[in-house]
Amino acid sequence: MTAVLELKNISKIYPGVKALEDVGLQLFSGEVHALLGENGAGKSTLVKVMTGAEIKSKGDIIFQKKTYNFSTPIEAQQVGISTVYQEVNLLPNLSVAQNLFLGHEPKRFGFIDHSLMVKKAKQLLTRFNLDIDVTVDLSSYSVAVQQLIAIARGIAMSAQVLILDEPTASLDADEVKVLFKVMNQLKSEGVAIVFITHFLDQVYQISDRITVLRNGKKVGEYITDKLPQPKLVEAMLGKELKELTGSHRAESSMTQKRENEKLLRMENVSSKGSIQQFDLDVSKGQAVGLAGLLGSGRTEVCKALFGIDRLNEGRITLAGLKLRLSQPSDAIHAGIALCPEDRKTDGIIGPLSIRENITLALQARLGWWRYLSKQKSQILADLYIEKLLIATPDADKPINQLSGGNQQKVILARWLAIEPSLLILDEPTRGIDIGAHAEILSLINSLRKGGMSLLVTSSELEELVAFASKVVVMRDRKKVKELSGHELTSQHVMTAIAEG
Amino acid sequence: MFTRRYLPLWITTSLLVFLFAVGAFHFDGFGSLRVIINLFSDNAFLMITAIGMTLVIISGGIDLSVGSVIALSGVAVSVLISEYHWHPVWAFIVVLPLGTMFGMLMGLIIYNYRLQPFIVTLAGMFLARGLATTLSEQSLEIDHPFYDFVSDFGFQLSGGAWLDLSTMTFVVILLIVIMLMHFTSFGNNIYAIGGDEKSAQLMGVPVKRTTVTIYAVSSLLATVAGIIFTFYTFSGYALAAVGVELDAIAAVVIGGTLLTGGRGFVAGTVLGVLLMGVIQTYITFDGTLSSWWTKIVIGLLLFFFIVLQKLLNHTSTART
Amino acid sequence: MNTSEHVLSNGPEKPDVNSINQSAEDVVKTTTATESKLSIDGSSRYQAGTNSNIGRYLWPCCALVLLLVVNLFLDASFFSITYQDGRLYGSLIDILNRSAPVALLAIGMSLVIATGGIDLSVGAVMAIAGAACANLLLIPDISVATVIMVGLAVGILAGVINGSLVSYLGIQPIVATLLLMVAGRGVAQLINQGQIVTFQNDAFSFIGVGNWLGLPMPVWLVLSTLAVCQLLLRRTALGLFIESVGCNASASRYLGINDKSIKVFAYSVAGLCAGLAGMITTADIQGADANNAGLWLELDAILAVVIGGASLVGGRFSLLLSVIGALVIQTLATTIIISGLPAKFNLLIKALVILIVLLLQSEKFRNQCKQLVSINKKREV
Repeated sequence: MTAVLELKNISKIYPGVKALEDVGLQLFSGEVHALLGENGAGKSTLVKVMTGAEIKSKGDIIFQKKTYNFSTPIEAQQVGISTVYQEVNLLPNLSVAQNLFLGHEPKRFGFIDHSLMVKKAKQLLTRFNLDIDVTVDLSSYSVAVQQLIAIARGIAMSAQVLILDEPTASLDADEVKVLFKVMNQLKSEGVAIVFITHFLDQVYQISDRITVLRNGKKVGEYITDKLPQPKLVEAMLGKELKELTGSHRAESSMTQKRENEKLLRMENVSSKGSIQQFDLDVSKGQAVGLAGLLGSGRTEVCKALFGIDRLNEGRITLAGLKLRLSQPSDAIHAGIALCPEDRKTDGIIGPLSIRENITLALQARLGWWRYLSKQKSQILADLYIEKLLIATPDADKPINQLSGGNQQKVILARWLAIEPSLLILDEPTRGIDIGAHAEILSLINSLRKGGMSLLVTSSELEELVAFASKVVVMRDRKKVKELSGHELTSQHVMTAIAEG
Repeated sequence: MFTRRYLPLWITTSLLVFLFAVGAFHFDGFGSLRVIINLFSDNAFLMITAIGMTLVIISGGIDLSVGSVIALSGVAVSVLISEYHWHPVWAFIVVLPLGTMFGMLMGLIIYNYRLQPFIVTLAGMFLARGLATTLSEQSLEIDHPFYDFVSDFGFQLSGGAWLDLSTMTFVVILLIVIMLMHFTSFGNNIYAIGGDEKSAQLMGVPVKRTTVTIYAVSSLLATVAGIIFTFYTFSGYALAAVGVELDAIAAVVIGGTLLTGGRGFVAGTVLGVLLMGVIQTYITFDGTLSSWWTKIVIGLLLFFFIVLQKLLNHTSTART
Repeated sequence: MNTSEHVLSNGPEKPDVNSINQSAEDVVKTTTATESKLSIDGSSRYQAGTNSNIGRYLWPCCALVLLLVVNLFLDASFFSITYQDGRLYGSLIDILNRSAPVALLAIGMSLVIATGGIDLSVGAVMAIAGAACANLLLIPDISVATVIMVGLAVGILAGVINGSLVSYLGIQPIVATLLLMVAGRGVAQLINQGQIVTFQNDAFSFIGVGNWLGLPMPVWLVLSTLAVCQLLLRRTALGLFIESVGCNASASRYLGINDKSIKVFAYSVAGLCAGLAGMITTADIQGADANNAGLWLELDAILAVVIGGASLVGGRFSLLLSVIGALVIQTLATTIIISGLPAKFNLLIKALVILIVLLLQSEKFRNQCKQLVSINKKREV
């Protein structure tokens, strides 16, 4: 049996970064092939190279025994490789039918046949149990429906290879079932499917084979049934689990005393369209974890606490004082700091120097009139560069030239400079190389020991369980469980997320 | 959803009908077919320009060069006719593709070098105006039997209304562009790019080709408008049509097209021009109102429609 | 990225955070003591930074010097300056004087562009301010100070309107300011009732035609505006906040910067500068022409900022460079006149200059140029 699509020795080099190094992949028709790896392992880059969205630096792409050099997604689509990307890459301003057929609209006499297009669109969607009005704008449907439409579009291209990049991230259990049904059906029709996901149980449910990437290199290719889950995790992380989690549990009883002093109290907090009746207590020097799937409301809790999302009801008190938060500066003045989830759009100020990025929050709190002189800010910047081991020749380097881990450290430094009483970290270790990852974790630990209260969200449960003394689990914008003490294991958290 | 999509269009239409009715009520002869037809023939060049502008704005761009391109095309045509004694038809045949190339060039620069459309077309505006002044600083008169023939050509309608060639050209262009926008892939691609250029690229839309074509069409239509303009004045003048780009943009916005791109209708733009025309006619009929009120009222209308767009967008994102 | 991993693999150090908590405010307090020592240290550190700054100043200054040298060749007496009746005369003084309105506009426009915006209305604002002043001057016995205050207030009001549309209603800057660009001329005509309003007032005219210590008044106004703005922006944190908002408005909000008021501030300064420029042109011709005052000057101002090397997407700004940009534009116009080329080429050349500057800002274009150069070099070898 020959592969329908074969990638040989693919390398992709960005200026300064090797995103992929000699990666190979074989894909047979009628299989579901899971492509796994941590954030930043190179999965997305590999997909982009496969589909022509990025041009490879080296290597061969062989599709049905012919070598191709795709330079645009259209070329790949035309031979039969279609992709459904992680974020829904459809057009919210076009109708559902137009989205399904953009680029290959059914035509009559050279003009688009709208009624035929609508009919075909309806047919296509019945496969997904979707009976919706296809003539209205895509934006009028939920993200989950949009995701199914995106997958339907991939199938409509009569693809031989279908690449699904994190298709289940925004789907609920029933929708996942529908998706898997369709995937199985396609499989039996001989379509080869590449399936990228973070949910390992789904990998075992649907995939036939697994390829694992780590740091831009291929770790191995496995048959799903013959690879037990712990081994898979090991392959993905590159070290044994214990090593990562460490053990500090013994200390937690020591800090227990201090934890009785309540610092933050959220009571019955609701915010339109984001969270409902949420309660939370954080004590002094306590690290509280927030767990839940993407879209469960964990980021929204952070945003509500930081004055970004307005509250509809409920109250927030910090050290006994009721807070009125209408913008982040209110929260900052109260002593709350937030390292946002999306570092690039909400965190770093790209072209500005590391020094400016570190001192800006302090400067903003001091106000425009009390200007920190260059010397003072230089001392401050040098201090944190040294303390947090930020790898840079000097503080004048623009922050966008640093690696993700170092950028995250600069943002942490920015907040440490204003000495917050509560530090919120939204996905602090996402997209960060392993080394910086460990450093940031130990930093969190020492901050907590130093008496700072922390609220941390993370999708990496092992990590969360390791440093938090309490984990709040969210689902569908509500708090479903609060785990602490001996109940607090990643397995319990996982079940709470799954079952509510 | 449907009502929200068409709401700006409905508001423009009702404003148009309302103003027209008020005018017809107040002034004799306002509510006649003749006034309506004159609205079209007086504004044909603006409508044609604004149609091009609609395409550009739906795609998420802007074209500030159209006014200058109108002047350049007028000057070029009159230089060829008056100084080189060409037949007007030959002059048109030469000028139209040149105008198209001007737009293609801007589109290429915008796409290839990832520059903001407004600054590139601003440079285009200077360039076209500069070329026009270089060709001739003075207003050049056109005296050719063909011009007399064309401007006399038309159909008598009831009530002294006269359907002239500029209106007919406009109608033909309007129909062609509506077909292009709603029944071809090119049209879908324009909306797609305006919705989200990156997604459109990933979905296989030929972004480069489409971008270049959009600006080429806009310049082509401006060139046509420039030729039509020479039939109004029987001359070409380098400082003609100053500020037309602003009128065109205003018409597009008043016609319900979203300035951020992705939504809008060519037909709406025509309504926008008509609304602006009716305001002007009203002020002319009134006689006591001064001409600057046109600018102020159009400014207020623009403001109203932009705020409306914001509100509609806001509610639509809040719902999803 | 590699360095960070390298550092880490070398030693088992972990960030020592306990001592971090001895922190910022302390540092700020204790610095004063160590400041003298640090200033030496600091200056050596800034070498790298200053180098890139020199790069930023190099090109606009080169362009200006080059144009001036060309003029010297065309006209040997170009650099000569004479002193007569308490006033300096010469081509250079002339350039300085004539570039004043655009230079003022460019100062305001730099701030707006730094926040990632654009202000198309400054020309119309000039007309409104001019019209308001001219009409006030017709009132007998009105004090010139009042008139000037009103002119400036008109500018600030226009700026606040623009800024609020952009930041509170979230309208794109081009569109928001287009409103005032269209309606503003109508308002100016309304104030003037469609006439060109002329006035006789020596005290007010002094702004446009007077001179002090040998230099024309407009030049002094530009210099003082530049100095005041520079102090206001660089001796406080406002300049840094503007740059921060321009680089990333969302992240700035997360930092606690009120991005909306910063934007309103930038547009207000632009309006203020436009009001001042409008008064200069009005005083110069002793009359307000609603149709032509400041016509297309917004484009010249944008061009000046772009020539000064600022990026249109926002971020870093330099007021001085923008003023140099304005000087380049005016010198270019003078060069065309001196060279005997018909004035009609002025627009054409300006257009080509914009295109070249824009293309040079594009990284892709620079790379293409580099490739061309390297190919040529290979051929020579």
